[in-house]
Amino acid sequence: MSEVLETPSDRLLAAVRQLLTDKGVVSREEIFERIQATDAATPAQGARMVAKAWVDPAFRARMLADGAKAAEELGIPMRGMPPLGVLEDTADEHNLVVCTLCSCYPRAVLGYPPFWFKSAAYRARAVRDPRGLLREFGTELPQAVKLRVVDSTADYRWMVLPLRPAGTEGWSEEQLAAVVREGDMIGVTFPKVS
Amino acid sequence: MSGLLSPGTKVRVRDDWPETRGACHIRTPHYLRGAEGVVEKHLGAFPNPEDLAFARPASRLNLYHVRFVPQAIWPDAGGEALVVELYETWLEAA
Repeated sequence: MSEVLETPSDRLLAAVRQLLTDKGVVSREEIFERIQATDAATPAQGARMVAKAWVDPAFRARMLADGAKAAEELGIPMRGMPPLGVLEDTADEHNLVVCTLCSCYPRAVLGYPPFWFKSAAYRARAVRDPRGLLREFGTELPQAVKLRVVDSTADYRWMVLPLRPAGTEGWSEEQLAAVVREGDMIGVTFPKVS
Repeated sequence: MSGLLSPGTKVRVRDDWPETRGACHIRTPHYLRGAEGVVEKHLGAFPNPEDLAFARPASRLNLYHVRFVPQAIWPDAGGEALVVELYETWLEAA
């Protein structure tokens, strides 16, 4: 097979890349590095941060102060990424993240957003009827727990640091990370132990 | 509002609608125009996206997390707090 299917967008991409490197805007290495970082960005990265925060109070404090620095500590590439803010759930207050304007999302640590995150319905309802929205995700928030909705409109990207679920005493970081899903870090669900 | 605002400062989002006057790029949601809130935290200073979007020179603006009571915006709203990133140029004293 010598013929490879090439679409117009492939040719456009190659041309833009060539121009960017010829003009010295970015180097080939930088483009390669960014592709690698994008491929490596999945909810598993955010889950590693959450799990470490559950077992290491000093890391938790650093993560709440500066999410991007904490991510870098775990080897997650953050160069050129927007600042990462971390919203701490407590027994009294739960956080939910939405971007009503568009689709701001902490891609460096959660990867591509789930399809519903960009939907008009999610964006409209998260700010106006967040408890009803949570119920549709199967999440019953006790009335006593305050719901704090964070509309991500500008330079920060936000992730939720959820509460550690009961029944995980003595678990390793790897075991803990395995129960943290993307929705738990957006705030539509809570980490569950089956 | 210029100068650094401390947490707890009461503010009002300007009731301004630049989108009715021509092409623009706005990071202040429409549902907040004219709404009153409280500064929760200073998040830093960032180049004004309203200029960046048009490749104009952009000055750095203070960015705040401002907390609103959802029921003051929609009487039927759920949730206890709505927290939004807003630039200083959109805030006025309340």
